[in-house]
Amino acid sequence: MSKDMMPAFELYQPDTVDGAIELLTEAGEGGWAMAGGNDSLDWFKDRIKRPSVVVDLSGLDELRGVREMAGGGIEIGALTTLTTIERDPLIRERYTVLADAARRVASPQIRNTGTIGGNISQDARCWYYRYGVDCYRAGGNTCFAKSPEGQDREHCLWGADRCIAVSPSDTAPAMVVLDARMVIRNAAGEREVPAEQFFIGPDVDITRMTVLERGDVLTAIRIPADWAGATFYFEKVADRNTWDFPLVNIAAAMFVEGGNIARIRMAAGAVQCVPRRLQAVEQAVTGQPKNAATAALAGQTSVRGATTLNYNEFKVPLLQNLVTRAIRDA
Amino acid sequence: MFDKNYPEPRFDKVLSAKASRRQFIKGVIASGAAVSGAGVLFGTLTGCSPRGAATGGVERMLMLNVNGTTRTVDVLPNETLAMTLRYKLNLTGTKLGCDRGECGACTVLIDDVATYSCSTLTHSVRSKAITTIEGLESADGTLHPVQQAMIDELGPQCGFCTPGQIMSAVALLKANPQPTRDEARHALSGNLCRCGAYDHYLNSVMRAAGQPVSQNLPA
Repeated sequence: MSKDMMPAFELYQPDTVDGAIELLTEAGEGGWAMAGGNDSLDWFKDRIKRPSVVVDLSGLDELRGVREMAGGGIEIGALTTLTTIERDPLIRERYTVLADAARRVASPQIRNTGTIGGNISQDARCWYYRYGVDCYRAGGNTCFAKSPEGQDREHCLWGADRCIAVSPSDTAPAMVVLDARMVIRNAAGEREVPAEQFFIGPDVDITRMTVLERGDVLTAIRIPADWAGATFYFEKVADRNTWDFPLVNIAAAMFVEGGNIARIRMAAGAVQCVPRRLQAVEQAVTGQPKNAATAALAGQTSVRGATTLNYNEFKVPLLQNLVTRAIRDA
Repeated sequence: MFDKNYPEPRFDKVLSAKASRRQFIKGVIASGAAVSGAGVLFGTLTGCSPRGAATGGVERMLMLNVNGTTRTVDVLPNETLAMTLRYKLNLTGTKLGCDRGECGACTVLIDDVATYSCSTLTHSVRSKAITTIEGLESADGTLHPVQQAMIDELGPQCGFCTPGQIMSAVALLKANPQPTRDEARHALSGNLCRCGAYDHYLNSVMRAAGQPVSQNLPA
């Protein structure tokens, strides 16, 4: 066990978002925005990321909490902890899929400090990348996971483009299903990005997993009223029930009218570099009765076009079963 | 600079001047004794020295509220709470297992919420109330109910993860004094036990909560 300390850095603790943006903009390449710190400190201890300036966002109380928005929907401050989201009465009443997803993240202690903004913005969990090797994502020209001996059990079924890492977040598929909007602020102003566009694959930029750039701060997540009170489903399969990232997770929201699926949105995590919206499934089951036959059809539809790697073939029936259950058991 | 009720933190004193650190190391080598101890010390001290520390940003002198007492301590910007507690404040009941937020041995309470102290910068908890395992017993030495229940139910085996398990249990009972066994299992799920004494720990938590101990055991 390593008992030494992480390399030195300058630490700033701004108390306004504008102050944080100013510090991050000034720090440029050497800057690092830290929220809950769970992932950040691991990077620093392992010497893989060595920022010279760390901006601790944890004092920005204006970014905490869940608020009702005018016209329905809710706004969640980016620094709201996963524990708060798991227990928040508004979220549990209207958007249980998000509370259920937050409850399945990591461990209780990590959920107590881990933030929703950090959970959806986290970097790839590929162990080669995390080990600090010179892979594509780290700016090199090799994928170690895709080499003949590479351990690719956790890696993707879709969207491989040099990098085969997957979206590791449990709450990200719920955000896609709820059509959440990410509020991002920088020195130039504020913009709102739909969840589906917030996450980006290696074909867009192999060095990051979200649209966030240096100097950007994710300040809030707005969830529109569209899917409030829908019938929801969330399930995560991981090697262990605590700590582990998903092997596959599934989030679904649907409105069932007269036994038929009137509207549905569904997304899976850990099968692609971004949360994978299952539009083919949505189209196949819309208007169909919510029964075992439709559920089976949904499962079969969900895995079309999946391309397996050496060791991740198991993810195909796993995704198929999760999608089937999402329709059947929601 | 330190509260007189607490022993002067040895490591910090060693660190306070380059000369004294050198002399100390020389002394250990010359004596030929405590070779393994020296190894531990070097491991502990690596990077902990103020030399090479970045300048700018936060003030290093902090007032920390630990176990109800405000203590002044010199904290580097890149120092975790586990480091500060163990090596600056001599509160070694908080254990370091993995130092990566994956084992739970370093669990402390921050404003009554269970937190991994290895994954928390000390500077982030300046204005918070920190409770460690040392802060649970009352002034007259009476153990906290969870601590006493751990003894009565033979909770720990080797004991290394026990302080973390107890802190998680104390956090649970503060928020939910009458947990079900399943709720207790969830609350302690962020603490690994390599001895596998999980059921014993759960028995202890249920006893501390005044609940039947062996009910709800899986058949």
